[in-house]
Amino acid sequence: MADEEMKVIIGLEVHCQLDTASKLFCGCSADFRADAPNTHVCPVCLGLPGALPVLNKKAIEYALKVAKALNCTIPEEGEFCRKNYFYPDLVKAYQITMGDNPLALGGYIEIEDDAGNPKTVNLTRIHVEEDPGRLVHMGNKERGHYTLVDYNRSGIPLIEMVTEPELSSPKEARRLLNKLRATLEYLDVFDPEKEGSIRVDANISIKGHERVEIKNISSYKGVEKALTFEITRQKNLIRRGGTIARETRHFQEGKGTTTSARSKETATDYRYFPEPDLPVIRVASWVKDIVLPELPDARRDRFMQQYGIAVNHARTLTGDLRLAEFYEDVADVGAAIAASWIADILIGELNYRDMGLSEAAAHTPEFKDLLTLVRDKKITDKAGVDVLRVWLDDLHAGEKKETPAQIVERLGLARESGESFRGIVEQILAANPQAVADHKAGKKGALNFIVGQVMKETKGKSDPREIHAMIAELVGE
Amino acid sequence: MVSENDVLHIAELADIGIATSELGKFTEQFNAILEYFDILDTLAADDELDRPLVNVFREDEVTPSLPQEEALANSHNPEDGYIRAPKVI
Amino acid sequence: MSDAYNAFLSDIEIPSETAGPLTGVRIAVKDNISTKNIPTTCASKILLGYIPPYDAHAVELLKAAGATIAGKTNMDEFGMGTTTENSAFGPALNPRDTTRVTGGSSGGSAAAVAAGLVPMALGSDTGGSIRCPASYCGIVGLKPSYGRVSRYGLIAYANSFEQIGPMAANVTDTARLFSVIAGGDRRDSTSVDKPYDITGLRADIKGKIIGVPKEYFGEGVDTGVAETVETSIGRLEELGATIREVSLPSIRYALAAYYVTCTCEASSNLDRFDGVRYGPEPEMNLPWHDAYTKVRQAGFGPEVRRRILLGTFALSAGYYGKYYVKAQHAKQLIRRDFQRVLTECDLLAGPTMPNIAPRLGELTADPLRMYQTDILTVPVNIAGIPAISLPCGTAHGMPVGLQLMGRMFGEEALLNAALAFEEVA
Repeated sequence: MADEEMKVIIGLEVHCQLDTASKLFCGCSADFRADAPNTHVCPVCLGLPGALPVLNKKAIEYALKVAKALNCTIPEEGEFCRKNYFYPDLVKAYQITMGDNPLALGGYIEIEDDAGNPKTVNLTRIHVEEDPGRLVHMGNKERGHYTLVDYNRSGIPLIEMVTEPELSSPKEARRLLNKLRATLEYLDVFDPEKEGSIRVDANISIKGHERVEIKNISSYKGVEKALTFEITRQKNLIRRGGTIARETRHFQEGKGTTTSARSKETATDYRYFPEPDLPVIRVASWVKDIVLPELPDARRDRFMQQYGIAVNHARTLTGDLRLAEFYEDVADVGAAIAASWIADILIGELNYRDMGLSEAAAHTPEFKDLLTLVRDKKITDKAGVDVLRVWLDDLHAGEKKETPAQIVERLGLARESGESFRGIVEQILAANPQAVADHKAGKKGALNFIVGQVMKETKGKSDPREIHAMIAELVGE
Repeated sequence: MVSENDVLHIAELADIGIATSELGKFTEQFNAILEYFDILDTLAADDELDRPLVNVFREDEVTPSLPQEEALANSHNPEDGYIRAPKVI
Repeated sequence: MSDAYNAFLSDIEIPSETAGPLTGVRIAVKDNISTKNIPTTCASKILLGYIPPYDAHAVELLKAAGATIAGKTNMDEFGMGTTTENSAFGPALNPRDTTRVTGGSSGGSAAAVAAGLVPMALGSDTGGSIRCPASYCGIVGLKPSYGRVSRYGLIAYANSFEQIGPMAANVTDTARLFSVIAGGDRRDSTSVDKPYDITGLRADIKGKIIGVPKEYFGEGVDTGVAETVETSIGRLEELGATIREVSLPSIRYALAAYYVTCTCEASSNLDRFDGVRYGPEPEMNLPWHDAYTKVRQAGFGPEVRRRILLGTFALSAGYYGKYYVKAQHAKQLIRRDFQRVLTECDLLAGPTMPNIAPRLGELTADPLRMYQTDILTVPVNIAGIPAISLPCGTAHGMPVGLQLMGRMFGEEALLNAALAFEEVA
């Protein structure tokens, strides 16, 4: 079978923790990450005999907000049910979730396909369920073969969003996740900065072949990696004449591979039935009273209109709520320069240092000072990048010492006018007659070589455009 | 009719185990009881179910958790605050 | 405490610290009700060593009312049984005849009251577990309306049917205990905030219309029991009540609907007993399914395992629609039958049990026959309505219980009628 005929079909089940103060069915604090194990537990979320669940209203309100933002239909009646299976992280041996009567049905998400065209991905359903505890140690030879469990996470509210199998590449899957994350963040129901707050199961198949489920991928990058690996694995297997088994696979984050889960783990019959301890919910009528904030697409359109920036910049800047807010704080320096410096330079420099935006955003006025220096041509773009790097290195090291202006001062990066470099330009032209000849002969790249030599000699303090003009004047076009 | 194999499968699903010596008797009792349940199959199931209670919620308020030593008190050899469980790999 | 009847599993006394309506009253608590710092086993080896870190709502209320907790009582393991022979710690014995069972599953509570060891006890009633032992031991037992007493801390067997309820030697003490435990609790989503006011208790039956469902005198009801109960119903008429025969045709689905639902719920409820967080230690170096299976096979008795298997089967792929879904519709038919007759009538009356207390060992070999003795008690749990068992005489030398059933949340009228009957019984 030719490769182009091997159409990839992907569906996602995305679980996000809802950012409530207390757990889904008890009053234990949901803010557990910094605390000792098993200190955010009570009879309910430890599943002690006799304890009973009581539903957190805020979790349902948050989930409804998401459902409305994603254009879902809310059925008249929603019902919690029990999904029964044994695992050490599951205190009651059942997870309280929703089955045949979920909170929301249908809905859709708009993304771009790999060619950049708009694409609508339909949702199957949205429901609310409880998170299990966390296995922190799986046993090894040195410490013995047993498991250690922290139940602080047990009972944290999750929202599960299930897409139709309509995604056709790992990149599309990644874009859908980014869009979902941004939407939930804009709705103020989800904190993507919290570790493990989003987890994904992916269904993937090659058209005409069996479907494989990849369970519990816990990062955005992981989803793309797992899917890419799985597509290659499945295509290779098909090319060799093999058969794809319908199975569940686990993603090995470190290796970037997927491995087959043991059959006993997956052969489970979950024996769903309605949770007798929780009355049904009828919340369809609540939806009309929910006021949605400006969502990512609307903000993107507004950025283009209000700031006059390009669509790719607007999309990047609005793809993350904090980034969008940071941009709006900075934009009065200059909408265009702020957009390109944040989207094209700052994000990359932050990622390179594994820094969060919040570290830079804590010093917004200084970042604005830096942009102002560039805007007013006090320093060149290149010097601006150098200053930014020093400034971020300091922030990252936690020993902020200098403002951008001080860094410029200390490194002597203040831009100087082209005339002061005329001597250097003349020297370099004299030292590179072949390049001058090539330039005159119309050879592309020769001029850039000369400009580069000048930039090097002037330590970035010169403006390449001025140098261009000066060379043109000296050697003739 | 439920076979001894069915009962074995169910016992596995329920992590409950069953001794070979009791399998025959269990299966026999199982069938007698299931036969008794068959009367339900004569019923239609198209009526909407009454809901005496709907929309019972709690507010999103934090209440105290158990102290860690109480949370761990009934478990076996907890380690650094973690509860020990059988191996999963 | 001298306990010739194996009524208590633990007799640790927790004296009261506050003054209240039950100051100085010693109350026994069934061992499926969570008591802080007192072992709570459900008469099961799977909970050996478990010491709850919290009190059930009903126990909190007892303590606040000044009561002394007099110990935890024997029961059928997890409430699964009609005789209290399914206890991992040996059967409770009927104080009226120690060769006979107490009935179940709250047999220890009934025996403790009947033997005069305590004046009152808490039981729980899923399909008759308060009324059956009350009937067999000759005491009073009330199954409250579903939701009237919080289930928080009641170790679940079949969530949609069960209630904690009072047991005592007489109606007044039953009502006193009920007045303390009734009322809303925000930790139980199925709880309804309807407290019971003891000051309204008075003998009152005159002019009431009492329905007698003909199905309660059908096949399987011992003739001696039927005669005693019919005589008692005659007394109600002498007291000024109007007796009317009624019919509850859908009762024929009751036992099947009950056992399907309760085994389904039980199989799920009892899956949490794996030894990890409480209970006997699993072998940590075994894969979890194997470790759990060993703990559960050793920890649960045969009747519990039978019901877990039945429930697991009924919920498994391909059978859910045939059993569980149909049982819910049967429940609805039964509820509506009761609602209909309880519109025409104020109360219903019939026997509590179709028989007197069986001899030890008589029913253990045949689970289906044991299930069938619940035929007159389970309909009330399905309907959710309150019912009380009152001593009304004897048959074959053993106590017989008269069962009065009331309207949903109609415990007031039910207890008032019961008090009127008790005065002449």
